[in-house]
Amino acid sequence: MAREGILVHSPYERMTEEQIKQIHHASMQILNDPGIISFNCEAAEIFRANGAEVTPITSADNPCWLVRIPEKLVLQAISSAPKIVKLGARNKDNSLFLNGAEPRVFFVSGSETNIWLDVDFQTYVKKSNPGIETLVPEFHPRRGTVLDLCQAAHLCEHLESLDAFIRPVNIQDEDITEDNKDVNKFFASLNNTTKHVMAGLTSLEQLDNVINMAKLIVGGEEELKENPIISFITCLVKSPLQFIDDSSQTLIEISRRGLPVAIAISPQGGTTAPIKEDGIVAQLNAEVLAGITLSQLVNKGTPVLYGSVPVRARLDNLSDSYGAPESSQYNIDCVQMARSYNLPCYSTAGVCDAKIPGIQSLIERLFSDIVVTLSGPQYLHCAYGLLAGNATFCPLQAVLDDVHFQMIKFFLRPPRISQAEVDVSLTQVKEVMGTPQKLYIRYIRHMLRSGRVSLPYPFEGEGEIDNVLVLAHERMKRLISQPVEHIDSATTSKIFQEIPGILPRLDVYEERRKQ
Amino acid sequence: MKEDIIAILKENVIQGRRTKDDEGADGNMVGTPAVLELAQLALESDIAPEIIIKQGLTAGIQVVGNKFAAKEYFIPDMLASAEAVSGAMDILKPYLDGPSTMTKGKFAIATVKGDIHDIGKNIVAILLKGAGYEVKDLGIDVSPEKIVEVVREYKPDFLGLSALLTTTMVAMGKTIEALKENGLRDKVKVLIGGAAVSEEYAQEIEADAYCVDGFHAIKVLENFQKAKL
Repeated sequence: MAREGILVHSPYERMTEEQIKQIHHASMQILNDPGIISFNCEAAEIFRANGAEVTPITSADNPCWLVRIPEKLVLQAISSAPKIVKLGARNKDNSLFLNGAEPRVFFVSGSETNIWLDVDFQTYVKKSNPGIETLVPEFHPRRGTVLDLCQAAHLCEHLESLDAFIRPVNIQDEDITEDNKDVNKFFASLNNTTKHVMAGLTSLEQLDNVINMAKLIVGGEEELKENPIISFITCLVKSPLQFIDDSSQTLIEISRRGLPVAIAISPQGGTTAPIKEDGIVAQLNAEVLAGITLSQLVNKGTPVLYGSVPVRARLDNLSDSYGAPESSQYNIDCVQMARSYNLPCYSTAGVCDAKIPGIQSLIERLFSDIVVTLSGPQYLHCAYGLLAGNATFCPLQAVLDDVHFQMIKFFLRPPRISQAEVDVSLTQVKEVMGTPQKLYIRYIRHMLRSGRVSLPYPFEGEGEIDNVLVLAHERMKRLISQPVEHIDSATTSKIFQEIPGILPRLDVYEERRKQ
Repeated sequence: MKEDIIAILKENVIQGRRTKDDEGADGNMVGTPAVLELAQLALESDIAPEIIIKQGLTAGIQVVGNKFAAKEYFIPDMLASAEAVSGAMDILKPYLDGPSTMTKGKFAIATVKGDIHDIGKNIVAILLKGAGYEVKDLGIDVSPEKIVEVVREYKPDFLGLSALLTTTMVAMGKTIEALKENGLRDKVKVLIGGAAVSEEYAQEIEADAYCVDGFHAIKVLENFQKAKL
């Protein structure tokens, strides 16, 4: 068994076949001229060894090389990259199969924010009528901690629509350092959700500790290959067209170990990429294909995700404008490009500019949530709970997002029209016309009980009172109060013995003993 | 044995199963006896009709009401139970002593002159029948004259008037005026409902009550009954 996601049956497409070819050819030209600047020596050497034209750039402050990648290398890489990528999970029923040729969408949380936004509700009394009281949310931002990450994973375990977990909060405890951050963020995530866990690496030196932790959880190296409960994100390209030294090395090392990796590229239309749709998509496509080519040259068959996070620049301050419709256009184009190569696509939706949960947040995120989902990316990083771009995570918002994705999933169910269904309807019409009331209400029930009728919006208030946030908060508390299946006690002990740097307070069994 | 029949009857009311062909709220009861079959079986087992009504039908419908209030049940569930109870009442009718014990009262209901919208009116009719009232449904676009005639002949305890539109709700006032002119206003309690009307409008046209929906109507009627005692 594995998670089903939602299959988009006629995915929304912006580009024609001809336009897709034009973008592909433009990307191939970009990779050949001007090519990619690599600040990583080994990456440049790998390309050189495989026939790319590599020349040192002597004028730069840091050592770097211009890499001109021939189309042949790119096409070979596209051919060797797996078309179906399995992302495993502690609970195997939560595994995902991402098929590059099939527009089946899985919804994923993320990304790493610095601020955790708590909410509580204060009672306000109406001045003109003191008999009327209302609950008003108050938001309290603070720095995220490793225990917050545990709670976020715990919450996401119980969000029905969420298929995989990317940590939504940066752990900023005083005892978290560059050396122990990776093991702590992976352990905090893995120990509190049985869904797939994907994350970026802070320190390449921690890669093997993280992988060894995963091996301990699943029972060994072969078991991890069969059930890769973790995967990685690398942002190896700094747009435009530059391989960063450390992230490129990270991609090389992950590829050597054969674990799944999303090659995520995030150019900004107007600053680090052309604002024109064709320009940013051609450049992003070139950048992500360059990364995929590197991974396949290192280790043919490395499971990779075509990662696209394009965004348009805000016109007032040049920061990212995720709410702009162009950002969704760019994303949808990239989904089409990935599908044209049959590569599973990691795409983006739901990031918003609003700072707190509310109407602006809802409008901004739902717009891209709906349209990008309709395009059928396999792995949709959809910003559960994120606010203020990528700055803030609010668990209350994540609960709202979960309900909205359930609605989107419901909407995307295929029509059930067949002769048998039509016959049932014709019988109903005849039956109802023979009754005095002429109502079809009695037939709702069967549809309702068999899950074919959507339920009312769960956060609907009474009368004119907007209680959405209050009700979502109650649901959030209920979800967090539900238990989560932690890593078993014996494996936890082994992990703490063999993997250095994990904070003792994350050992739930030890903490229970203390109580 | 008798207790078992009543308990199963109550459970089937809760499940909203009218006949053995209904699957019920849990969706897995097709083929087992439902409310109509069980009401018949109860009679054949010499269970007093009053017991069948009180401990089986009414007790079951009260649970359904609670489930609806808790948002565990929706209107289709409520209506299914009401329809089942209504059918059972038809079976029990010949075995009851007389009108006073048979129903909680007579209720005439109509969509008023000029209005053809009847979903709400029909739901109220089904719910009231399920709640134990004898309901006479006059249909749609019913003139004040026709209603006067029914009140005079049928002698309902209650009259429900429904209108969806602001343009047709005025017919409610005209109907009440017609009842007054014919000396019938004090013979019947008039309840109004529908999207266009309100508590204020009910007061303005001197109706006895405004009901938000069918469930509210049942409560309003219960209050009238209590006030009579």
